[in-house]
Amino acid sequence: MGPARESFLFEIVFCHLSKDPTCDSVRFINLSFIPVELNWLTFALTAFFWIFAFINAALVSVLMLIWGERRLIGKFQARLGPNRWGPLGLFTPIADAIKVMFKEDVDPSLSDKLIYVLAPVLMVVPVFMIFPVIPYGAKSFLTNISVGVVFVLAITSINSLSVLMAGWASGNRFAIIGGIRAVAMLLSYEIPMGISAAGVVIIAGSLSLNEVIQAQVIPNAIFQPLGFITFLVASTAELNRSPFDITEAESELVAGYMTDYSSMKFGLFYLGEFMATIASSAVIVTFYLSGWRGPSFLPIPGEFWFFAKWVGVIAIFIWFRATFPRLRIDQIMSLAWKGLFELSLINILVIAFMMAIWPDPTMSQLFIMTAINWVVFIGSIYIFGKILSPDLTGNKIDKRKVVYGLD
Amino acid sequence: MFGIGLLKGLFTTLKNLFGPVFTVQYPNKKVGLLGALKFHKKSPAKFIKSQPKDFLKSLAGMHEVPEYPDQATRFRGQDFNWFEDRCTGCASCAKYCPLGIIKIETTPSTRDEKEGSSYDIDVFDIDIGRCMFCGLCVEACPFDALHMGSGFERANEKRNGLVIPVDELRTAIKTPSTWFRPQIENNKFKPDKGNAEIKDYRDIGRHEKPSEDELTERWVNER
Repeated sequence: MGPARESFLFEIVFCHLSKDPTCDSVRFINLSFIPVELNWLTFALTAFFWIFAFINAALVSVLMLIWGERRLIGKFQARLGPNRWGPLGLFTPIADAIKVMFKEDVDPSLSDKLIYVLAPVLMVVPVFMIFPVIPYGAKSFLTNISVGVVFVLAITSINSLSVLMAGWASGNRFAIIGGIRAVAMLLSYEIPMGISAAGVVIIAGSLSLNEVIQAQVIPNAIFQPLGFITFLVASTAELNRSPFDITEAESELVAGYMTDYSSMKFGLFYLGEFMATIASSAVIVTFYLSGWRGPSFLPIPGEFWFFAKWVGVIAIFIWFRATFPRLRIDQIMSLAWKGLFELSLINILVIAFMMAIWPDPTMSQLFIMTAINWVVFIGSIYIFGKILSPDLTGNKIDKRKVVYGLD
Repeated sequence: MFGIGLLKGLFTTLKNLFGPVFTVQYPNKKVGLLGALKFHKKSPAKFIKSQPKDFLKSLAGMHEVPEYPDQATRFRGQDFNWFEDRCTGCASCAKYCPLGIIKIETTPSTRDEKEGSSYDIDVFDIDIGRCMFCGLCVEACPFDALHMGSGFERANEKRNGLVIPVDELRTAIKTPSTWFRPQIENNKFKPDKGNAEIKDYRDIGRHEKPSEDELTERWVNER
């Protein structure tokens, strides 16, 4: 019971239930009724309360995101988006959910039944596990695990396994091709993602998400722009979102690994993807946008800053989706291995060198480091642009040889 | 530089975000309080008094007001406009119709003293279910009595309903399209701007043959 009591969110529910004398300072009103001997029961009740709250909050926020995404993409494309059912079309996702629930649940005869059923579950459950470890405010977190960064990266990569399971178990060619593509892509983008996250860890000197935020005197997005860009692109790919939604490319693969899924199993995939977007945005806010830290002279709680940045990052994902056309699979792979991988390596090298020179940087040293990082950012992007896109270099291209965009 | 194109693309969509929306929500759109006041042209107090239910709906952004698309004046709609006073019952339209869907029955008029100098029209049915809206009947009419209409809401559940009977042609509100009738376009009638209704056939006027100079101006000098 020890480490959980550090969490303010946990403590505040726990103390309003338990008569434990150690938490008198936290109580607002003293209505607690469970004796100290039954602390295990209080513990379980509190845990259930927060599990219930977090899962429901996640589900509701997915509904909001579905509405917001469709609405915002509509605006980005100079049309309206959903607007008929409810004020501003707010009830549209509810209607969608009801529709999905009442659809026929098709079970293909060639499918591997157990894996077929497990895959959508595996898509959703890990995403729920990201929300408790993220610090929403200075005190508002559920658990502060000491390996938060590794935990988050590990959990987010489970969904590639789910995608492969779904593709394999369907017994369908489109599905298996989609699944294989997904795994190839997700594994490739896992590497730049991890390496750029290492830059964050070096700055913080700790794997705990709380300390990652505490260390960001300058937000990491400004401090190490190269890492931010690589992480943002890699997590877009990790989420299977456009322009990296090659796993479910309608024009080639019907619906990729989801081809044979219908009804609520399809709904779970849908839910998992949207929830992963939300969770991944929260991770980006924590890693790169200094989480709950805001301008300290304003009397606004940190939770507000966190949620504002969170919504902003989600909006950026939607913006990407509204703008960029889908990349081909070879373009995606070459972007991962010829572009982002090297860029993230450069980022981690520069950060590591600078931290070796100034292990405990003062404010002015931080600004110098930021300037160096920006020079490296612009220079490396420029050089890699020259290398990656032969069309733009002005070099003579052999027209007989077929040259594709990023090759 | 690598990435500039991507930023350009992002900027293009961002401009759309703050730009106008091109969707026309025919037949009705949902508006909030401001939109409702703007549509009804009423002060808030008056709006609450006269339409309390609509006021509550508009607070939730659910008040429905009609919205129509901007129509081209030469749009050839589904209904035909026919001015009986001008029609002599010569049946040119029926003869020219490639599908033979105009049915005309006439009897010698009893109004005129001299029998047979004009005709009463008993039947003038147009079966738009088979019509291809080529407009040859309108072109053929020697007295500008038949016009293409500008309406487009004649969807029906039965084929019978797609036949425009003579009584409907007589009583319908006349909103002719300016297709093949340029004189309407020159008049004040603007079927696309809501000022569409024509009460009297004399208001339309005849399409006068352009003079030789005008023809030269239009066909020679402009090319």
